[in-house]
Amino acid sequence: MILDGLLPVLITMALALLVIGAVRRINLWRAGQPESVSLIAGLMAMPRRYLVDLHHVVGRDKYMSNTHVATGGGFVLSLALIVLVHLFGLDSKILAWALLAATALMFVGALFVYKRRQNPPARLSKGPWMRLPKSLLVFAVTFFIVTLPVAGVLPEDFGGWVLAVILLIGIAYGLGEMLFGMTWGGPMKHAFAGALHLAFHRRPERFGGGRSTGLKPVDLGAEVLGVAKPSDFKWNQLLGFDACVQCGRCEAVCPAFAAGQPLNPKKLIQDMVVGLAGGSDAKYAGSPYPGREVGQAKGGPTQVITEGLVNPETLWSCTTCRACVEECPMMIEHVDAIVDMRRFLTMEKGNTPNKGAETLDNLIATDNPNGFDPGGRMNWAADQNLKVMADVKETDVLFWVSDGAFDMRSQRILRAFVKLLKAADVDFAVLGDEERDSGDVARRLGDDATFQSLAKRNIAVLNRYKFNRIVTTDPHAFHCLKNEYKDFGGDYEVLHHTTFINELVKAGMLKLDMYKGGTVTYHDPCYLGRYNGEYDSPRELLNELGIELAEMERSGFRSRCCGGGGGAPITDIPGERRIADMRMEDVKATGAELVAVGCQQCTAMLEGVVEPRPEVKDIAEIVAESLVEEVH
Amino acid sequence: MPHDLNLAVLVSIGQHPKSGRARRAEQDARAVELGLKLVGERLELLHAGEAQQEVLRSYLGMGLKEMTLLEQPSAGDAVPALGRYLAQKRPDIVLTGVRAESGEASGMTPYLLGEALGWPVVTRIADIIKVENGEAEVLQALPRGQRRALKVRLPFVASVDLAAETPRQSAYGPGRRARIDNASVDAQQDQLRSQWQEAPARKRPKRLKVAKAKTAADRFKAATAKSQASGGQVLQNESAQEQAQALFKLLVEEGVLR
Repeated sequence: MILDGLLPVLITMALALLVIGAVRRINLWRAGQPESVSLIAGLMAMPRRYLVDLHHVVGRDKYMSNTHVATGGGFVLSLALIVLVHLFGLDSKILAWALLAATALMFVGALFVYKRRQNPPARLSKGPWMRLPKSLLVFAVTFFIVTLPVAGVLPEDFGGWVLAVILLIGIAYGLGEMLFGMTWGGPMKHAFAGALHLAFHRRPERFGGGRSTGLKPVDLGAEVLGVAKPSDFKWNQLLGFDACVQCGRCEAVCPAFAAGQPLNPKKLIQDMVVGLAGGSDAKYAGSPYPGREVGQAKGGPTQVITEGLVNPETLWSCTTCRACVEECPMMIEHVDAIVDMRRFLTMEKGNTPNKGAETLDNLIATDNPNGFDPGGRMNWAADQNLKVMADVKETDVLFWVSDGAFDMRSQRILRAFVKLLKAADVDFAVLGDEERDSGDVARRLGDDATFQSLAKRNIAVLNRYKFNRIVTTDPHAFHCLKNEYKDFGGDYEVLHHTTFINELVKAGMLKLDMYKGGTVTYHDPCYLGRYNGEYDSPRELLNELGIELAEMERSGFRSRCCGGGGGAPITDIPGERRIADMRMEDVKATGAELVAVGCQQCTAMLEGVVEPRPEVKDIAEIVAESLVEEVH
Repeated sequence: MPHDLNLAVLVSIGQHPKSGRARRAEQDARAVELGLKLVGERLELLHAGEAQQEVLRSYLGMGLKEMTLLEQPSAGDAVPALGRYLAQKRPDIVLTGVRAESGEASGMTPYLLGEALGWPVVTRIADIIKVENGEAEVLQALPRGQRRALKVRLPFVASVDLAAETPRQSAYGPGRRARIDNASVDAQQDQLRSQWQEAPARKRPKRLKVAKAKTAADRFKAATAKSQASGGQVLQNESAQEQAQALFKLLVEEGVLR
């Protein structure tokens, strides 16, 4: 065929450009801070991470996962065979037929991509992404045709000049999109950056069914605390941003975006890409931050992010609910990035909005966010006759009371839980006035110094006593104690109270009546569910009471945040709706009369929704009401 | 604002009313805020007290690169050291809080400094509007949100009221990196204080509040209206001799002088 001479040249050129682009792109990532990863082990683990872990997430949308397997698999296979057949000119019928099959597979996949792009959902980015299915089709078709003579299906001299020119244009276009575009910022960049991102992920524990949700500690001796400029991110965080496919699944689940607050996780990640590569967001073709125009943001690797690239309000809108991270097929860590940038705003700029500064001052001066007398921590339990660790020194279960001790609504939850502990005859004690705020809010507000100070002092107290397990009614404290104290030498077995009560019920320690109310639904707290994977115990426990849950559409790992996490009620960035109101709409849609909750923040947020609305109760309260008390 | 305006702010170690923990004192922090508004980073931050008090960094975290520490023993008298240091540095304005949150908390520091330096003292200011031609326009805070505009010649000492602008957030990083320079001063024991005996405060009986207002309008008036001065006498055209005589008479009447 006429193209025989040209084809290897074109392929070589495209591959060379691919390599040059790759080196340039890698250098952009290397502007980030060093973070040690194991190169070989990471690359070795990459295929499995892609085929298993990533596809586990992609597979939630069967249409897209099948489409991607066909298109992506077809392309990788095609490319390998193209190099063998058309570049090295291996004259093998088998290889040629395999290449035909691979391009056919890719073609079929690309057809489905094309079909979805006919009427794309709002979360998908348009712009160059609208061109991608056509490029995929052109690549598949042209290489299918040029391989036909090699496979012996068509004669070698098939076609005339016209066909050759058409094919030539097709090949140049296809190679341009698929190879040149891959490392020079086209839509196919996701394949290159994504593969490396999987290999060098900052949280490798997430692969293979693991979980890694605790924030990374700040080195308080560093020159700049937190992330001011894109180059302050770790290099593999920058790599992670570059892996984004702009599928917008994060946008679809983000509570702040839905509430009309100026945050869109997808846009944020794209702004980070603008930052690492330099330039403006004018080419961004997805949904904007609600209420903000696209095209105004400018940035570069060494320019301060919050001065021109991202408005601080965007960062403070996040509730750290992790819905975006859970949903991201590329396993990008949005929350880490947001908190990193918040750290700069709080610890370097002293710019925590609204009640943030006051809350942090209170935490520093009184160890609780509202500035209550730290000596009054046990006032809620004045009539409970609880054992205090300072007296007993040793216990089976350490009950971590949390700051709910100062809040009258939360005290009802604490009392209900104590009632259950006593009924089950559990050997438990509390820290009393020696307990401090877990540091959750301080950390999410970016004040890692205060978090670390609180954590270290809590750990010093905890390490003085002997106990087997910690149980708490507050999922935020639960998360900190369980996952974030490890970095400071505090390694404990921590249980959420729903898990613990469930154990007690299963062991026959609690006698319960059947629940006699109406329909019940359950709201998964983010810090219990997505952060710690506890979806079953609360449900099992409610089942024990004879409750058939009317599940909300967004429940379990897709639960929608109540709006109370990440210090969002403190920074209070205005939106068009309230997140708690939207969640209550979800509850109402199930027809439930009662929503069971396992978190005092969620209780406060959901009870803040104006009546008439379903009742809100903590699971401890529901179980305590059904408790059959034995009369002695 | 003149570019060569020199401003010193005296800061103390505060104390949280609930936890008793050391903190950035509320009035002093407002003084720093006011100082930052007037001269920015050029403001001289001054503390007389013991060394190694980390809580001082919460003032530095408001955006200052350094501060001066006049090291004193725990039973030292801060005023002579401050007086000597300020007399030598001669700033145009010295800002303090009205009263410290810990220690003696007598509220005397601005007065004693004013006396030592021979400068006027303006109490409880809410703001300094501008400084021009060696004169400052000052807003003094009065009860119930009222303000009194004053013109004061430089240099002067002013105590900053809680009515001043709330202080900005203190940032951990800059506060930690800022320098605390030791200025060598002679430490002076507080002779008077060493003879005192300290005892826990007794709770004083509270005066019962009798609501005299019968209507909402009365209550509103009581809460907002200007308190009416009564029995005052304005001496404007009399000679200095006569004015002094009148003051002396009043002080004797009130039992201040015997």
